[in-house]
Amino acid sequence: MIRKIVLLAFTLVSCLLFIFQLMALQLFNSEYSERSLNNAIEKRPVYPTRGLIYDRNGTLWVANKPVYDLMIVPENLNSFDTLELTSGLNISKEELLNQIKDAKNFSKKLPSVILRQLSMAVAAKLQEKMWKFPGFYFQKKSTRDYLLPIGSNILGYTSETNRHEIKPSASKVLEVDNLKLLGVNYAVNDSEKSAREEKNLLSKKNNKSKDSFSPINEILENYDPGEMIGRQGIEKTYEKKLRGKKGIQFFQKDRFNRIIGPYDEGKFDIEPEAPENIILTIDAILQDYGESLMMNKRGGIVAIEPQSGEVLALVTAPSYDPNTLIGRDRSKYFNKLIKDTIAKPLFDRSLQAEYSPGSPFKTLNALIGLQEKVISPETVFTCDKGHYYGRGAFMGCHNPIGTKSDLIKGIYSSCNSYFAKTFVRIINSQSTPSEGVDLWKKHLEKFGLGDFLGYDLPIGKRGFIPDSNYYNNWYPRGSWGPNTLISNSIGQGEILTTPIQMANFTATIANRGFFKKPHFKKTINDSLYPKNQTLIDAKHFETVIEGMHQVVERGTARIAKIRGIDVCGKTGTVENFIRLNNEKTQLTDHSIFIAFAPKDNPKIAIAVFIENGYWGARWAAPIASLMIEKYLTGEVKRNWLENKMLKGSLMAEYEKPLLDKPFSIND
Amino acid sequence: MTKSIVFRMDWLSLIIYLLLVIFGIINIYSTTLSEVTVSLFDMNSPAGKQFWIFIFSLIFLPIILFINSNFFEHLSLIFYILSILSLLGLFFFGQKISGATSWYFIGGFSIQPSEFAKITTSLLVASTLSSIQADIKKISFITKLLLIIGLPMILVIFQPDAGTALVFLGLFFVLLREGMDMKTLYFGMGFISLFILTLIFGPLILSIALFFILILVYRLILQYYPKTKKTPFVLLYGISVLFNISVNFIFNSVFEQRHRDRFNIMLGLENDSQGIGYNINQSKIAIGSGGFSGKGFLNGTQTKGGFVPEQHTDYIFSTVGEEWGFIGSSGLIILFTVLISRILYRAEKHTQSFPRMFSYCFASMLFVHFFVNVGMTLGLVPTVGIPLTFISYGGTNLMAFSLMLFIYLNLDANRLN
Repeated sequence: MIRKIVLLAFTLVSCLLFIFQLMALQLFNSEYSERSLNNAIEKRPVYPTRGLIYDRNGTLWVANKPVYDLMIVPENLNSFDTLELTSGLNISKEELLNQIKDAKNFSKKLPSVILRQLSMAVAAKLQEKMWKFPGFYFQKKSTRDYLLPIGSNILGYTSETNRHEIKPSASKVLEVDNLKLLGVNYAVNDSEKSAREEKNLLSKKNNKSKDSFSPINEILENYDPGEMIGRQGIEKTYEKKLRGKKGIQFFQKDRFNRIIGPYDEGKFDIEPEAPENIILTIDAILQDYGESLMMNKRGGIVAIEPQSGEVLALVTAPSYDPNTLIGRDRSKYFNKLIKDTIAKPLFDRSLQAEYSPGSPFKTLNALIGLQEKVISPETVFTCDKGHYYGRGAFMGCHNPIGTKSDLIKGIYSSCNSYFAKTFVRIINSQSTPSEGVDLWKKHLEKFGLGDFLGYDLPIGKRGFIPDSNYYNNWYPRGSWGPNTLISNSIGQGEILTTPIQMANFTATIANRGFFKKPHFKKTINDSLYPKNQTLIDAKHFETVIEGMHQVVERGTARIAKIRGIDVCGKTGTVENFIRLNNEKTQLTDHSIFIAFAPKDNPKIAIAVFIENGYWGARWAAPIASLMIEKYLTGEVKRNWLENKMLKGSLMAEYEKPLLDKPFSIND
Repeated sequence: MTKSIVFRMDWLSLIIYLLLVIFGIINIYSTTLSEVTVSLFDMNSPAGKQFWIFIFSLIFLPIILFINSNFFEHLSLIFYILSILSLLGLFFFGQKISGATSWYFIGGFSIQPSEFAKITTSLLVASTLSSIQADIKKISFITKLLLIIGLPMILVIFQPDAGTALVFLGLFFVLLREGMDMKTLYFGMGFISLFILTLIFGPLILSIALFFILILVYRLILQYYPKTKKTPFVLLYGISVLFNISVNFIFNSVFEQRHRDRFNIMLGLENDSQGIGYNINQSKIAIGSGGFSGKGFLNGTQTKGGFVPEQHTDYIFSTVGEEWGFIGSSGLIILFTVLISRILYRAEKHTQSFPRMFSYCFASMLFVHFFVNVGMTLGLVPTVGIPLTFISYGGTNLMAFSLMLFIYLNLDANRLN
C-alpha cells in the first residue's frame, strides 16, 4: 500500500539528504572553517614596551612615555563643536573634516586614526571634554622618552617600520598556525611540510639558530606596519634585545567586524616577551659635559677606559636633542637635520670623520722606530727649523735652528724633523722601501688603524693606512722612496684616522701595548673582549709615555696640566684644505689632542678633534684636560678655563669659506 | 481501561520531545548569550522565556492525557471556528512584527494564533475525514476539505506569513494517505521538478531535451507494450512545454525580485554572499566550521559574533551545526526522523480513523517544519521563514506543537477504548 509509506519515505529521504549535506559541509570541506576563522577571529599583536637604557652609573637615560592617537568610529559620530576640538588639537577645521571623511570612506564601524602621536599634555587637556565629542577617543601607544637630552649619536633613534621591512608572507603562515592552534583539522600539505623540515635541517647544519624552525616564532619576529624599529645607534645594534618579542591576542569579532571580547578566554594568546634593558658604558655626566664643551664647535671627542675598552663618552658636534625625533614633529625635525649639509648634524664626526691624525701620530712612529731598533731613546737629531728631504723639499718645524732633541724632547716639543728622520729610518730598515712601508703598516694595524674597530654601533669608517701597493700604483716605475711619503711621519699625508681610532691607539699606549675592542654596552662577560696585543715591547711604551707626560709638564700642552694628576698627552695641528670655487683652499688648521691619565694605572684615554681650531693647545688640549678632570675628580676647579671653553665659539671660523670673499686663516 | 495511561503511553515520543526541547533551550541560550550573563531561568532572556513556556506547556500534559479522547473529535468544529475568528481578529487587533501582522499582545505575551490554527485545522480535517459521509473520491467532499485547509491558509497568507501557510499544505499528505488520487502526488512532484529544471536550464533547452527524453521513453515502452498510443505522450509534452513557458513568465514577471533571488541562490545560479545570500552563506559557514565534533557549547565563534541573522529563531540549526558539529546536527536530524516515523508507525496501528488521521496531520506538519527549516539552513531549500519545531525560539510554536503532541499521546494511549 503505497499511500501508507509516502510521508515516511519523504521523511527518510530528507533525513539522508540532510546528513549528506552535513557531511559535505562539515567533514569534506575545510573552506568553511577557514572562512569562519577569518571572519570571526581577530589576531592582534601585543607589543612589549621597548627596553630601557641606562648609563654606566645606573642613571636611567632612555625610557618610554605614552602618546595618544586620536581615533574615530564614524558610526558613533554625533554633532559636536568642531571649533572646540580643533582649537585643542591645533589643526584646521578643513583638515579635521577631511580626516573624518576619509575615515567614513574606510569604514563606518571600524576605528580610524585622526591624529597620530599626540603628547600626553594635549591628550589630557582634551580628555575631560571627550564626552562632548561622541565617536572620538584616544588610543594609548608608547614612544621613546629621552630623560637626558644628550647622546643622540650613540642612542640613535626609532621610527615606524616602512613597507619593505614588513614581510608579506607572515599573515599567511599565521593563518595556517591559527588553524592548528584552534584544533581545526587542517592538514599541512606535504610539500610545505618537507620544505619546513629541510629548513630545519639547514639551520641545524649551519648552527645559526639553536631553536628549531617554527613559523610562529618567525611571525613573532616579523615587523608589523606601525611598529617601531631602531634606526641608528644603540637602538639599531641592540634592536632585538630592546624590542623583546611581541605576543598575539585572539579576539572574537561580531558580524560588523567589531571586537566583542577575547577568544576562548584568551586560551590561545601568546604572551609577549619582555625586552632586555641595556646598560651603556657611557658616563652620562661626562657625555653631557663633553657636549656642552663642544657647543658652537665642530668635531668629536672619544673617551675610552683603557683596561676595558669601554667607551666613556662619544661626542660629536654639532648634534641634536634626541627628543626632537619622536612624536608628531619627527619628520619636520628629521628633514631639518638631514638637509643641513654644511654642519651635518647627523654625521657622527667621532666615528665617521676621517682626518689626518697630525702630530699625535708621531707617538706611533716613535714606538715603531724603537721596536725596529732604528732609534733608541738616546738618539739625538738636530732640527734646522725643519727638515730638508730633497732639493727644494722642506718640511717646516716650529723649533729653532740647531735644536738638538732626544726622543723625549722630540715628542714634547713635537719636532717635525726628529720624526721625519725616524720615519726615513723605519722605511729604510728593510731592503726595499716597499717592505719598509708594509712593516710600518703591519705595526699600525695592530693599533686598530685602517680598519673598522668592530664596536657595537652600526656606523663607522676604516680610515686609511697606505701600503706598498698604494705607492706602486701612484709611482708605477718604483720611483718612490721614504721621502715620497715623508708627510706620514708627522701624521699628515695619506694616512687617515677617525677620532675613535685615535682614542683607541691612545688607550693602547696607556695600556702599554694592548687594546680591547671599544664597546658601548656594559657586560660582565670579559671574554667577549680579548686583549689585542701590538708588536711592540712594553719597555718602549714607557719612553714614549714619558715623552707624552713631558708634553703636558713642559711641552706644547702645558695648559692641559691638572693639579694632582699625571696627564700624558700629545697635541696636533693639522693642515687641511677644501675645494672652493674649484681651487684648493687652505682652511684654519684642525686642533687635536690625545691624552690619557693618570700616567700609571690609566683610567681614561681621550681623543679630541676640533675642526679649524688652530693649535692643538688652543681648543683640543684644554677640552681634553677638562674632560679628564671631570671624569677623574668629579668636578672642575679651573673655572676660568671651563668658562672659556664653554663659551668659546668657532662659528665665525666655519662661516669664512661660505662668505664668498677672501679670508685669512690661522689667526 | 486495564492499565493506567502512564503505562500505555508512547514514552519514546515523549522522551524525544523532552530531549529536543531541552536541546533547543541550550542552543537558544548559546545564541542569545550576551556579555551580561543572565540566568538560564531569567524570564527576560529568550532562553528563559522558552524554558518557562516549556514548563507551562508541561502542565497541560496530565490535563490532556486524562481528557476523554472523544472530546477532541466532538469539539473540533468549535475549536476550528474559534481559531478562524482569532485569525480574522488579527486584522483588527493584531500587532505587526517584522512586516507580518501575526500577533496578539496579551498581558506582556505575544501570541501567534496561526500556530493554534495548525491544531484546530488538523482536528477538523481528521474529524471530517473520519465522519461517516466521508468519501474522498467525491468532488464535493474534496472541496469541503480544501475549504477547511484553505481558509486558515488564506488568512495566514494575508498577514502575510507565507511560511506558516506552507505548513498547512503539509496536510495534503493526509489526504493522500486517506485515498486522494495518487496522480496528484505524481503530477505535483513532476511539476515541481519541471519548475526547478526550467529555472536552471531555461524553457527552450528544457523543451528540446524533454522532446528527446519522451521519444526515448515511448520507444522503450513500445518494446514491451506494442499497443501503447502516442496521444498521452504528445499531450504530456504539450502540457510540459506550456508549463515551462508559463513558469518562465511567472518567475520573471509575477514574482518579486526577492522571491527570484531566493530561488536563484538556492539553485546556485547566483553567488551573492554579501547581499541576499548573506544569511545562507553565513549559516553554511557556521555549520561547516563545526567540523566533526563541533566547537563546543558556547564556543561557536560564528554564533558569538552574531554572523547568522535570526539565529535563535529560524537559523537555530546553524548553532547546532557549529557548536555540536556533525555528531550533534546529524543526531538532531535522526531524532526528528525517528519522532516523525514513530508517529506515523503508531498512526497506522489505530483501528479508528480519527486518531490515525490526527496523528498523520501532526506528523505531516512536523515534517514540513523539519524539511523546510533544516533544508533552508543547509542551503537546500529556498529561504522560507518557519521555525524548527521544539528547537527554535518561539513560545506559541512550542506551546502549539506541545499540545498537539499531548493530544497525539492521549489518542495513542486510548486506542483500545
